[in-house]
Amino acid sequence: MEFGLSEEQVMLQDALARFLTGTGGLARTRAFAAGEDRRAPDVLQGLAELGVTGLIIPEAHGGVGLSLLDAALAAEQLGRFVSPAPFAGTAVMAPLALLKAGDAGQQAAWLPKLASGAAVAGVALSELTGARDGAGVEARDGRLHGRAQFVVDYEADLYVVADRTRGLHLVAADAPGLTRTDFRTIDATRPTGELVFDGVAAEPLKAGDGPAAVRAMIDAGRVMLAADTLGAAQDMLDQAVAYAKGRVQFGRAIATFQAVKHMCAEMAASLEPCRSLVWYAGHALDHLPEEASVMACHAKAHLSEVGTFVARTSTEVHGGMGFTDLVGLHYWFKRIGYNRQVLGGPQAVRAEAAVLQGLAA
Amino acid sequence: MDLSYSPEYEAFRTEVRGFLEAHRSQAPGQGGNGLTWQKLLIENGYAARTIPREYGGYGAEPDILKSRIIAEEFARAQLSPGLGGQGISMLVPTLLEVGSEDQKRQFIGPTLRGEMLWCQGYSEPNAGSDLAALATRGVLEGDEWVINGQKIWTSTAHLAHWIFCLVRTEPDAPKHEGISFLLFDMKTPGIEIRPLVDMTGAANFNEVFFTDVRVPAHQIVGRRGEGWKVANAILRHERGSLADPNVMQSRLNALIDLMKAETLDGSRVIDNPVYRDRLMAIQGRVQALRCNDLRLLSAAVNRQSAPLAGMVVKLQGTELRHELEGFAVDVMGELGLLYGDTPRLRGGGSWQRDYMYFLGLIIGGGTSQIQKNIIAERGLDMPREPKLARA
Repeated sequence: MEFGLSEEQVMLQDALARFLTGTGGLARTRAFAAGEDRRAPDVLQGLAELGVTGLIIPEAHGGVGLSLLDAALAAEQLGRFVSPAPFAGTAVMAPLALLKAGDAGQQAAWLPKLASGAAVAGVALSELTGARDGAGVEARDGRLHGRAQFVVDYEADLYVVADRTRGLHLVAADAPGLTRTDFRTIDATRPTGELVFDGVAAEPLKAGDGPAAVRAMIDAGRVMLAADTLGAAQDMLDQAVAYAKGRVQFGRAIATFQAVKHMCAEMAASLEPCRSLVWYAGHALDHLPEEASVMACHAKAHLSEVGTFVARTSTEVHGGMGFTDLVGLHYWFKRIGYNRQVLGGPQAVRAEAAVLQGLAA
Repeated sequence: MDLSYSPEYEAFRTEVRGFLEAHRSQAPGQGGNGLTWQKLLIENGYAARTIPREYGGYGAEPDILKSRIIAEEFARAQLSPGLGGQGISMLVPTLLEVGSEDQKRQFIGPTLRGEMLWCQGYSEPNAGSDLAALATRGVLEGDEWVINGQKIWTSTAHLAHWIFCLVRTEPDAPKHEGISFLLFDMKTPGIEIRPLVDMTGAANFNEVFFTDVRVPAHQIVGRRGEGWKVANAILRHERGSLADPNVMQSRLNALIDLMKAETLDGSRVIDNPVYRDRLMAIQGRVQALRCNDLRLLSAAVNRQSAPLAGMVVKLQGTELRHELEGFAVDVMGELGLLYGDTPRLRGGGSWQRDYMYFLGLIIGGGTSQIQKNIIAERGLDMPREPKLARA
């Protein structure tokens, strides 16, 4: 019985934290947000060198063959540093699609490139976790029609697209008939947008069970976003505590006031059990198939709620400074906001958790 | 990460199940007697498991996983896990740690067997969250302590044979260093007990008044002025036990059953998406605390530390339980108001009772506000409030 991280897992997190600090941390994120470059090739390259892009890809395909819990631990660090790097789509959901539904040729063609960071894969399935504006994709005679919004890891070379029947398809970013429209969202660290398919020739992933693969992708994607929120919220709490210790009002550090202390304690008390929830949900993805989907829903919904609470409370502890661009706390606030809505907001995900347990039709 | 139990533990689980099957009829509530059941559990190592044999326990090596398996299997069989109470859960561990050899021999055995019931004399009207401000005085006269003062919130004082009590014996020492930990018989002349009815309608608490209560000098645990240290070791013990996430899980399951059974305008409450959303939100939080509990269990087994994870249990657990029980009352609506011996009562009134009872636990055993101070100061390393200058 061991419910905790191994030495290797702690080392992975430490190595990733060192690397992300080395990229410049918030300064790198600011440069990304301000710049025209919609990719951060230096960050992606570094992640590839650390094995993070190929974390769950088998060694035979150039990856390191680790677990989805390891991937969640990586996502946590990316959230902590509000890093402008693609991850949940290209390093987790797309490889899962290829591994679970792709044939040997498709796996050999793409997995090594994703592992090395030579290619980035976006994932277009948000219509299956709640369609907005009537979006959705249909497959007819080997061609895709329709629209997919809020693509995860949108700045990509390749898209994994789920159609309305939960069939999966590969589409090159430059495929004829595919139109990309960039979106601007609150979160400048993760570019997104929509894809319009006008009879785009697509390559189906049909070697495995498509709907099961889609289920696994959604579950894993949700746990990655939950882990990202865990990291971002932990950093916001750490920043709030540090700020409160340094900020002096009424002749004393505001950290000595119970009103401020209790705000920080409430953040810590809500957040600390979330760490275990994310570990469990991450572990369940690989090892507890009967619980995996429900736990992914709970991790996603609960981290969304706690993350939102921490994001607001940490900002308040910083007073007026928290509201400014000077401190940059808003990058974390917005990151948590993105994680909350993408792949199903908390209400939608809780409704799904009830259905999965047979408590609702 | 490995959530499986090794064959040794699986075998142990089978053994516990076998015992429970074979002896079910001897359990209290199944026709058996509580004291006989306790004796049987101690003989088989399912109660007082790690307490040395010479003091009346079973004498096994501490094994957190085996203790957990015992707890799980008794809960699963819905049979009494043996006697509890403050003597067994708080005094016995304290005596084992700091009691004299004579005290261990005199008190532990009868306490474990349920022959000696204890109450805890800590809180006072003017010493609640600031427990170390307690003012009950103990003055040494010859070879006796003479005790005067008042305790409050004293659970089971009306049933207890003995009390373990914090008393100020060194009035000139700093407040944390002037307290002693005394043991005495509740039949000693000069003790008056007045029941204190709480909001649930029960009188589990009491006020206890001491007027010239004379206690033999040797009935002190630790040395004079060390009572605060002695008491603190077991207060930590109490806090974690107030919010068992496995109990929370069974309460959640009962809530789901309730929502399937209760109707609103002819439809099951579980079929109403507003109620269902709230249920799922609570379930998510219960899961988070269960995972946190798993982490604490694993950390204890593998000798790792997760201090913050431990510090949040009392705060989060009691608050969530209060909310869960209150939501069940909402599920029943007006029917949730029914309480006591009345028609149409659901679940014996347990939802409403626990809703109120857990408000008591949010306050008792270190209030939520005190828990937040602990989390901030010890967990997040935030500075203490500056002390006011003495007037």
